[in-house]
Amino acid sequence: MALLIKNAHVMDPSQQLDERLDILLENGVVARLARDIAAPEAEQVDASGLIAAPGLIDLHVHLRDPGHEYKETIASGARAAAAGGFTAVACMANTHPVNDTLAVTEYILQCARAANAARVYPIGAITRGLEGMVLTEMGELSAAGCVGFSDDGRWVANGDVMRRALEYARPFGVPLLSHAEDRSITADGVMNDGVVATELGLEGIPWVAEDAAVARDIMLAAFTGARLHICHVSTVGAVDMVRRAKQAGVRVTCEVTPHHFTLTEEAVRGYNTNARMSPPLRTKEDVAAVRNALAEGVIDAIATDHAPHHIDDKDVDFNSAVNGIVGLETALGLTLKLVEEGFLSLGQAIERLSCGPARVLNIPGGTLREGAAADVVLFDPERRWTVDPERFYSQSRNTPFAGWTLPGVVRRTIVAGRTVFRQD
Amino acid sequence: MLFKHRHILGTRQLSADDITLILDTAERFREINLREIKKVPVLRGKTVINLFYEASTRTRTSFEIAEKRLSADAINITASASSVVKGETLADTARNLEAMRPDVIVVRHAASGAAEYLSRKLSSCAIINAGDGAHEHPSQALLDALTIRRHKGRVAGLEVAIIGDIAHSRVVRSNLYALTALGARVRLCGPGTMMPSAMEQLGARLCCSMEEALEGADVVMMLRIQRERQGRTLLPSLREYSRFYGLDNKKLRLAKADALVMHPGPMNRGVEISSEVGDGAQSVILDQVENGVAVRMALLYLVGAPAPNEEG
Repeated sequence: MALLIKNAHVMDPSQQLDERLDILLENGVVARLARDIAAPEAEQVDASGLIAAPGLIDLHVHLRDPGHEYKETIASGARAAAAGGFTAVACMANTHPVNDTLAVTEYILQCARAANAARVYPIGAITRGLEGMVLTEMGELSAAGCVGFSDDGRWVANGDVMRRALEYARPFGVPLLSHAEDRSITADGVMNDGVVATELGLEGIPWVAEDAAVARDIMLAAFTGARLHICHVSTVGAVDMVRRAKQAGVRVTCEVTPHHFTLTEEAVRGYNTNARMSPPLRTKEDVAAVRNALAEGVIDAIATDHAPHHIDDKDVDFNSAVNGIVGLETALGLTLKLVEEGFLSLGQAIERLSCGPARVLNIPGGTLREGAAADVVLFDPERRWTVDPERFYSQSRNTPFAGWTLPGVVRRTIVAGRTVFRQD
Repeated sequence: MLFKHRHILGTRQLSADDITLILDTAERFREINLREIKKVPVLRGKTVINLFYEASTRTRTSFEIAEKRLSADAINITASASSVVKGETLADTARNLEAMRPDVIVVRHAASGAAEYLSRKLSSCAIINAGDGAHEHPSQALLDALTIRRHKGRVAGLEVAIIGDIAHSRVVRSNLYALTALGARVRLCGPGTMMPSAMEQLGARLCCSMEEALEGADVVMMLRIQRERQGRTLLPSLREYSRFYGLDNKKLRLAKADALVMHPGPMNRGVEISSEVGDGAQSVILDQVENGVAVRMALLYLVGAPAPNEEG
């Protein structure tokens, strides 16, 4: 069944498109992109007043499945993604069991197909069991569908292991995604080290824990010539180092989360466990730095680090709470809020949410060129909505943004030409 | 003046007027503690639960005595004897206790923010924080303020030096807010690993050496050093700690001649404080303990007693 999107305001940074066009989707690909297309046999979608953009891609989510299905499943996560305007997500390997074997990768892909929502790309573990010691079978795993490798949640602390992992991954053409935080420095910290932590009597995580880890990883990427992606940068120093490394020709990319470009450590006041993250929320100087780097393109992608948790794991004292928040259904709104506030252009916002992540992981999507995958999001950029976690498609509700009013309502999410989410 | 706080979670939220009201109220209760019959009926028929998740002798006993002297029914729950060991969460334990209709819960917990968390979870009873992690220990700071005021006649304008593990101390935070609210100036000193620079933004003056902190001080407050910190990354040895951050007669001479020596207890004799100082003429350590009962009576009275119009 063909789908004809009429009168859309097409924003496609991959082709510098910013104009009113029709889009014909056929056989899972973009068949035509032009003015006044006539295709009477196709399903007609009136997109007047809506932005049509390449489907959003979230290169960093936790779908908790297998192992913690009470927090999220691949199906519920893929539906939450679609509701947030994402046509593809890449899920991290820290499940139970860990995605360090072919069977787990295949299980994820099989569940994703059955979900019939956003595409799900598995990210395999760098080391077996995320233990930081023995490399996984990255060749077989990437052949099976893993698009990158990461021990996310844990930094590969041993320098030789990370060096060998980069060397080993290089010929397979897959990036390593590093959660760059030196745990020997973060120690028992639960929030950013600084005045708020001191006042609240909470152990701090200093910026140097992130910067030191980013520095080592960039040096190893320079040394090995392999592809390195730094996850969720959150400090002035981390973005500075990535900027300089890129200028020096190191093959490094990085991402930022909406919460790190929106909130500061002040959000922790009142011991708000929905402001507990890894890496932690930082200072306003750090927020300014990641916003600038995002506009500049030093930061390649916006990724949510979608981390669903059950209320029982969050409704406890701050020290006992787990890290992370859900992000798939608020990412577009928070990014458009940055656009409204003048930190990004709409084109830059869409680039960092679609083309950028597609480039980082070298996966389809991120463009509406004729012949590309028919992954499209239609959203109303003017309309505002209020975040109500009870209405999330995600199984979990852990967000610090409840009650916030955000711009941008997703009207339709289309994957391979099929509508997987619709809200009129 | 009316006391408008429902809970006592910290001194951060208290104004100079609030603190003065608490201290003035405590002065009145002090007199009861000197009587032969040490009991008044102000909290008769009220139930107070002391919920202690951390070992405590002084604070728990002090609260219990305060409750009994005000005629409240006092119940003690300690972590090892409770359902905590059966894996019940803090919120569930508290909700179960609340269902038995106490009027006040006095809570001590190792997690910073635990008292505030309970105050959000429970709607029908007042919470008094008896120490939450490294956050606050308001009754300690208030009894310290009362002790200083009784000895010096005032708090405003005094130079108070607090020495020890600043980073992990709830006593420091509560004292810093309470004493600066009353107009004192607070200087802090401790090993570099235990001195968060952010304390400056909270209103303290940071001193590099104990000598600098002691110079001209009106009050010297020594903190208990936790022995288990020795030999890890925070502290090479107690021997070295004692040399650089312990108080003895020689160092005490740097402070004003009439400086008070205080310690929240229990003392590590020969580590942070020498016996001759701890037991010496300038020490008011036992006065602190004595004033603690009166201050806790004041807090229980202010949050636990029925408002005048309620009594009709």
